[in-house]
Amino acid sequence: MGIVLDSVNKKVGGETYLDNINLELETGTTNVVLGYTLAGKTSLLRSMAGLDRPTSGRIIVNGRDVTGVLVRKRSIAMVYQQFVNYPSLTVYKNIASPLQMRGMSKGEIDRKVRKTAAMLHIEDLLDRLPSELSGGQQQRIAIARSLVKDADLLLLDEPLVNLDYKLREELQVELQDIFKQREAIVVYTTTEPTEALMLGGNIVVIDEGRILQTGSTPEVYRNPATLKVAEVFSDPPINFLKGTIQGGTLRMGEDIKMPLANYMKDLSDGNYTFGVRSNHLFLSRNGKEDAEIPAKVALAEITGSETYIHVDQDDSHLVVQEEGVYSRRIGSEITIYVDPARFFVYDERGTLVASPSRASIPKRARR
Amino acid sequence: MARIELNEIAHSYLRNPQEESDYAIKRIHNVWDEGGAYALLGPSGCGKTTLLNIISGLLTPTRGRVLYNGTDVTMLPPEKRNIAQVFQFPVLYDTMTVFNNLAFPLRNRGIPEDEVKKRALEVAEILDLTPFLNQRAAGLAADAKQKISLGRGLVRSDVAAILFDEPLTVIDPHLKWHLRRKLKEIHEQLKLTLIYVTHDQMEALTFADKVVVMYEGEIVQIGTPQDLFENPEHTFVGYFIGSPGMNFLACTLDGNVARIDGARIPLDKKTAALGRKARGKLEVGIRPIHLELSSKQIQSGVPAHVKAVEDQGSYKIVTLTLDDKILRAKLFEGKAVPENKAWLVFPPQWTRLFADGRLVK
Repeated sequence: MGIVLDSVNKKVGGETYLDNINLELETGTTNVVLGYTLAGKTSLLRSMAGLDRPTSGRIIVNGRDVTGVLVRKRSIAMVYQQFVNYPSLTVYKNIASPLQMRGMSKGEIDRKVRKTAAMLHIEDLLDRLPSELSGGQQQRIAIARSLVKDADLLLLDEPLVNLDYKLREELQVELQDIFKQREAIVVYTTTEPTEALMLGGNIVVIDEGRILQTGSTPEVYRNPATLKVAEVFSDPPINFLKGTIQGGTLRMGEDIKMPLANYMKDLSDGNYTFGVRSNHLFLSRNGKEDAEIPAKVALAEITGSETYIHVDQDDSHLVVQEEGVYSRRIGSEITIYVDPARFFVYDERGTLVASPSRASIPKRARR
Repeated sequence: MARIELNEIAHSYLRNPQEESDYAIKRIHNVWDEGGAYALLGPSGCGKTTLLNIISGLLTPTRGRVLYNGTDVTMLPPEKRNIAQVFQFPVLYDTMTVFNNLAFPLRNRGIPEDEVKKRALEVAEILDLTPFLNQRAAGLAADAKQKISLGRGLVRSDVAAILFDEPLTVIDPHLKWHLRRKLKEIHEQLKLTLIYVTHDQMEALTFADKVVVMYEGEIVQIGTPQDLFENPEHTFVGYFIGSPGMNFLACTLDGNVARIDGARIPLDKKTAALGRKARGKLEVGIRPIHLELSSKQIQSGVPAHVKAVEDQGSYKIVTLTLDDKILRAKLFEGKAVPENKAWLVFPPQWTRLFADGRLVK
């Protein structure tokens, strides 16, 4: 049981929105679609929903080809970025509306509406009109209306993006639990790596209409298959350093030299790009293996619990994330420390060839 | 540049406000120093945009006065106050080139063309827009457009202050880092008074020297990011700043120990002494980052149940239950996560006490 997208393409005018999408999502799973703005996230959801017909390719739900089937003849619920509610109907009637259209009995509707409202903590608001509520409460109604249907396919398109940060944090936690209890395929789009990690489940990383990588969310976070995936799935931005491996030594520029970490030992000599996330760069030494990188401070951002030091190093711009409060003067020369066993190693084509959680990656597994 | 003074400001959107709840701004009386970088942070509906509009002149307050460098500007419209504003969505002319967009505010004021050119090029340089000067704004990415909006404000040499209303909301996370850095650099270079409204703590804390936290029409705390994190003066600040927010547990005092049902949490002597004098409902507060967990029974540890663990990449969030109460701990990568049962340690130097929602100090 699930949904299959088989070689789906979507072109509008001369522009490609979706480029040969092959994807299989199973019932009972939460799937996060992560990508930049205009990467094709909404197009992907709209194709799954049947709101847009793909230019070519097939969409199969539970074994049935539904490519040309109208959205209202399919079991789908969708939540949009900008919440949509019926302004003249009470919260109760807003949530009940999809069930009434289906001709369900009053008692059954009442039971479902109250249960769903309780799940989203809006049971006290049922008699109000949407205009009397805050944005966060209104989006809860829209989500409740999508959940009450028990649809096979629950699609959420950046549903929390217009909400306050704190509300977002609370709803992310609640939605995780709600999704887990459902017998549906949940697909949730976001631009934010932190939100993707919070929701967990599986991830589909897309860029320019193409799927770059799929897998379990933490697994993909720890093994981003290409430079682009590493970029899309890092906040703060991931740091890239150019280097070479030669005779068992890793060199960067003229002065930086370090021994190869164990998982890099099988790599052939040559040029590579080394990716390291901000939380693995430090302002002080942690171990004797640490390499030293000289850099110049461009900016220090202090959040109260964390410090982000932006530095310039040769031509690259790096961000160091440290727990605690550290002030550094702009323009001062500092040393950054990195454990060589923290690098993701990419070959010249930008493909991951070794990572800390996976010794060198066998050639046939590479994309 | 300007020093902005808000003198006994209150504002209601109603014609005849009666009760306190009729006011969007209840009472605000403070000074924004010349050249300061301020963030105005709070949830939606707290009055932060109302306050910004009072500062800019889009709104005339029901009561009180607004002073720029000592001059009363309360009744002056925005265009007479020499301020620049940047909104959530870029405000620019799509069909004009980047250069003409930057030049527009100056040409509009009849400034000589050679001066216009000089300023527009300077501002383009600061904002990394030089390569795009001859391109039309329409074809540019969201962050470039937002930089043009900002540039249109900066181009006037007599700007008293720049006001930002959630300028990064529509920008992708990776571009936010770049734009924030740009804003900080501009502040370093030009030393303008900047006021930045946001509901996003990360933006507020990284942008500002001083963060002004608003809640229900009032300022609840003004402080550096570190003040707000380590010593929130109000439980709301503890909850709103930090992700997840501070943990709070109702308690009673027994000497230097806070009692939470059966559990005993030692406090530092000074906090406990102040707590004994305080009136009202007492609560212990601790940040998730400061709560220590052990999988083995330890002395002075409080036994709790591990309910859930979320892997956030560089850290894990552990949700714990202590009787019917929920606590969150934040553990950094590499730290051991207890299963099922954990013993909690509340380090006294990080354990705060609140009386009726106010920090005991």
